[in-house]
Amino acid sequence: MTTIVTAVLILLLLALVFGLILGFAAVRFRVEGDPIVEQIDALLPQTQCGQCGYPGCRPYAEAISNGDAINKCPPGGQSTIEALADLLDREVVPLDSEHGEEQPKTVAYIREDECIGCTKCIQACPVDAILGAAKQMHTVIVSECTGCDLCVEPCPVDCIDMLPLPVTPTNWKWPAPVSDPNLILTDRGRGHLLQGGSQ
Amino acid sequence: MALIHLSSPHVSKANATDRVMRLVLLATLPALLALTFFFGWGSLIQLCLAATSALLFEAVCLRLRKRPILFFLRDGSALVTAILLALAIPPFAPWWVVVIGSFTAIVIAKHLYGGLGNNPFNPAMVAYALLLISFPVEMTQWNAPFVLIGDSWKALASFPESLMIIFSGVNHHLIDAYTGATPLEVLKHRGGMTTEEVWRNVPVLSDGVFAWYGISAAWLMGGVFLIYRKVITWHAPFAMISILFLLSSLFYAGDPSNFADPFVHIGVGATMMCAFFIATDPVSCATSNRGKIVFGIGVGALIYIIRTWGSFPDAAAFAILLMNLAAPFIDHYTQPRSYGHRRANRGIGGGR
Amino acid sequence: MTRLYSFHGGVHPPENKRQSLGAPIRQAPLPARLILPLQQHIGKPATPLVAVGDTVLKGQKIAEPSGHVSAAIHAPSSGSITYIGLQPVPHASGLESPCIVIETDGQEQWIERQPLTDYQQLDKQALIRHIRNAGIAGLGGAGFPTDIKLNLGRDHIVNTLIINAAECEPYITADDALMRERPDEILSGIEIIAHLLQPSHILIGIEDNKPNAIKALRDAIRARKLPIDLVVVPTRYPSGGEKQLIQLLTGIEVASGSIPADVGIVCQNVGTAAAIYRAVILGEPLISRIVTLTGFALGHRQNYEVLIGTPFSVLLESAEVDRSRMFRLVMGGPMMGISIEDDRIPVIKTTNCIIAATREEMPPSPPAQPCIRCGMCEQVCPASLLPQQLFWFAKGREFDKARHHNLFDCIECGACAYVCPSNIPLVQHYRFAKSEIRNEEAEQLKAAQARERFEARQARLAREEQEKEQRRKERAEAAAREQARKKAEAEQADAGEQDPEAELKKLKTAASIARTKLKKARDALKNAQEKGLDGTDKLEATVLQLEQSAQAAEQAWQNATGVQH
Repeated sequence: MTTIVTAVLILLLLALVFGLILGFAAVRFRVEGDPIVEQIDALLPQTQCGQCGYPGCRPYAEAISNGDAINKCPPGGQSTIEALADLLDREVVPLDSEHGEEQPKTVAYIREDECIGCTKCIQACPVDAILGAAKQMHTVIVSECTGCDLCVEPCPVDCIDMLPLPVTPTNWKWPAPVSDPNLILTDRGRGHLLQGGSQ
Repeated sequence: MALIHLSSPHVSKANATDRVMRLVLLATLPALLALTFFFGWGSLIQLCLAATSALLFEAVCLRLRKRPILFFLRDGSALVTAILLALAIPPFAPWWVVVIGSFTAIVIAKHLYGGLGNNPFNPAMVAYALLLISFPVEMTQWNAPFVLIGDSWKALASFPESLMIIFSGVNHHLIDAYTGATPLEVLKHRGGMTTEEVWRNVPVLSDGVFAWYGISAAWLMGGVFLIYRKVITWHAPFAMISILFLLSSLFYAGDPSNFADPFVHIGVGATMMCAFFIATDPVSCATSNRGKIVFGIGVGALIYIIRTWGSFPDAAAFAILLMNLAAPFIDHYTQPRSYGHRRANRGIGGGR
Repeated sequence: MTRLYSFHGGVHPPENKRQSLGAPIRQAPLPARLILPLQQHIGKPATPLVAVGDTVLKGQKIAEPSGHVSAAIHAPSSGSITYIGLQPVPHASGLESPCIVIETDGQEQWIERQPLTDYQQLDKQALIRHIRNAGIAGLGGAGFPTDIKLNLGRDHIVNTLIINAAECEPYITADDALMRERPDEILSGIEIIAHLLQPSHILIGIEDNKPNAIKALRDAIRARKLPIDLVVVPTRYPSGGEKQLIQLLTGIEVASGSIPADVGIVCQNVGTAAAIYRAVILGEPLISRIVTLTGFALGHRQNYEVLIGTPFSVLLESAEVDRSRMFRLVMGGPMMGISIEDDRIPVIKTTNCIIAATREEMPPSPPAQPCIRCGMCEQVCPASLLPQQLFWFAKGREFDKARHHNLFDCIECGACAYVCPSNIPLVQHYRFAKSEIRNEEAEQLKAAQARERFEARQARLAREEQEKEQRRKERAEAAAREQARKKAEAEQADAGEQDPEAELKKLKTAASIARTKLKKARDALKNAQEKGLDGTDKLEATVLQLEQSAQAAEQAWQNATGVQH
């Protein structure tokens, strides 16, 4: 009888001690984590283009945290999908083509002599990157444009072009060295997976 | 104008991988000569067998993996693996032992892991360990060096006889006259005798040990040559030999009747070969200088532990394989301090 | 004698310096067109001060610095501006960038020079402004605007001035030639720098493969009795790297991410010192420099005094290039220089060497073999990095780990790629990884900015919506009040006397609407019956109901009219 009591007591004592240690650790080493939505939002490209079907990147981040698919963001492309999969511990899936294809980064340009000054594009721009006033010519602030495409549709005279950013010595990137094509014969099919993140 | 556009530097040292491998091959020459001198033609035959089969397996693997065959065959890495394996196994082991060894080394330990540069374990040692576990009899039957059976190397099996022994099996009548245990084995399974008694009574030790010392000296020569030519650095061999010497001296000093003396540990068995040719294999060992020292210490300590308390007489292969496992870990914790940093970075770092 | 320290690693590539030291510095021909890129330095590109069609004099400022880290540009010769726009420039990308093009008139007519011979009496800031106006940017290769380095004395205590005369890259002898022939210019320049920084020590670091330059400098120092230590360092690439030279001469390491001035050291190139002398004592801005023309595809290999903006092709012709043998054209040295595809590009402030190499001299590198982690790169890395690990990370795009292994401390000296037995283009791997990381960072910054703007816009829209709602509500309330008031008034009126006319009209309208509805329903019923559709019974009921209501309406109207009349 006494053995049982001792055993129970010891176990209780142990439970108490470990409980205290764990409780202390939980307070002492608390990790002030970003809420998951913030973390997801930080990975999205913030083009606010709405191609995912949500009105902006943050709503999509909220949707992802509620279990929506992670492959609905064409501007982010494969690298964003990989980063999200990494963060959320989900499977990496290819981009859902229903929402668009991954394309090189573009910037909107207004053909200024054709612009009639209707301000429709200004209202469409999610990041306020278009300047102008009614009956006055509009122009895009190139450094703020996210290339979301949303201003093209409303323009009544079709004077907005989405052009790829010009490569200058300042934004030029060193390319990855190419190995002898002979040597990567079997890797050829896998190349795009490895390289996918670059765009 | 067709000018080519490339990243700097625009010049490079004539310093190809195949040159490194050729130097390693050259450095194995003294050991090959010593083995042939003391033990007969066996090693040379094994070497030819190993080289041929290894190159063959390499070619087949490259073919299957759709890599350019000649480009990779020329780098000489298969040849180095083959030669190290051939020189590690008993000179009169049957031919299929070395062929299986080459297969294991080239196909399993190297190409299945992604070929040159991607193998986590030393191919020659993987093969050696596999052979030792699978065929313990064939792998521990060393023939006696000539000093035990006659006055000169003429007492050894002639070249045709050697061929017959290797190709027609261990049961050949010639082999019985030659085979015996190695000094390490004798010391391990001494059956109640003290170390001193063993030394006095067993001819392999009393008379034959000089053959083993000779071979170790030959490996040492090769190793010094490699250090001199800057193919390897001194760190791993030095650390390994010192720790082995230190440990064996400590125990020998404490109890000379039960432990082997430090010179046996260093001069007999695969110690020297392991120190200069295996523990310095860049692919599967630690990379930074400090890492190499840690790696060498690990190998040396493991060799002593397994030799003394384990069930195998020699332990180089196991020690190396175990430390190969630890090499990435060692690398993470022995990064050198970079210029302009107060402390070296530790740990894996950089995300998950 | 000063104690010498050492740096980790380093290599000994073949020097190939002797070939270009056979003859003294020669004046390069005046080209018909001078092309002056607006960005020849680190920092922001300069802003043009001239327009197409303007005539300029030699030494006239044609572009001024924009922002703190920037440098002015001067016309290297007299002539007229013919074009301002994109031109190929010396850059690793081979891309074009804005340039000013001057058509020279051959007059070489100088603008009035403004020397400051009495600089010691001047305010230091005025002197620094003068140097900034002369457009001087580090001539050693990096092109950092010199005036910023000279202005450091204000917030840093500078105790050591190091003059970099190591010139460790193979082939290049521009500094060597300058030291042999114009040691006094260099020393005068050093005096000016020392006047500005007031260091307690002045060291000149020079590699021991330049005995003539060492002698010339030593004699000049002795003749002038200057307190300068000439320290001869062993020849080992890259001893001329700023951080390596500092470590060699002082044993001090410049912490990662900080500048030498943080440890009390300022480093200047000998060429820069000479340029400062010319700017201050002679009043000549930086319009020319010494360029080594070498490589076995050239007939004459020697140093030239070249006007900045001179196209490479002019220099190559002048050095009797054999174009059939020229295989690789490199600006800078063989270890760190950039390869040039288009020989129309101009000499800029940082062009110290042009190598026209033959195929035998700089053969194409053989295909890369797998890395066997031999560690040779690690042994030679002057920054004590682990190049082989960085290579794996760069190749596998594990940029976080590459950063953790101090990728950004790599100075791209090329020692690792030089010794690599597997011929792996290591430096390019690192450059690729670095630009990917920088790009990623820029994108993140841009994304953060976009998010901010998006959120601001959302907030603004919400606010506007709210305001609109508020106004609508207010209007509705006002309207409701108005209506209530009207209603009250109407009721008051009602109480007094009903308006019979209006009542009649209402009834009439109601009756006619009922009739129309009835007619429509009947038509529909008829139509449905003719076509034999289902649900006619429902329609019939409707018609019936409508008939009743029409009759009721009619009745009401007739009653009303009856009452009236």
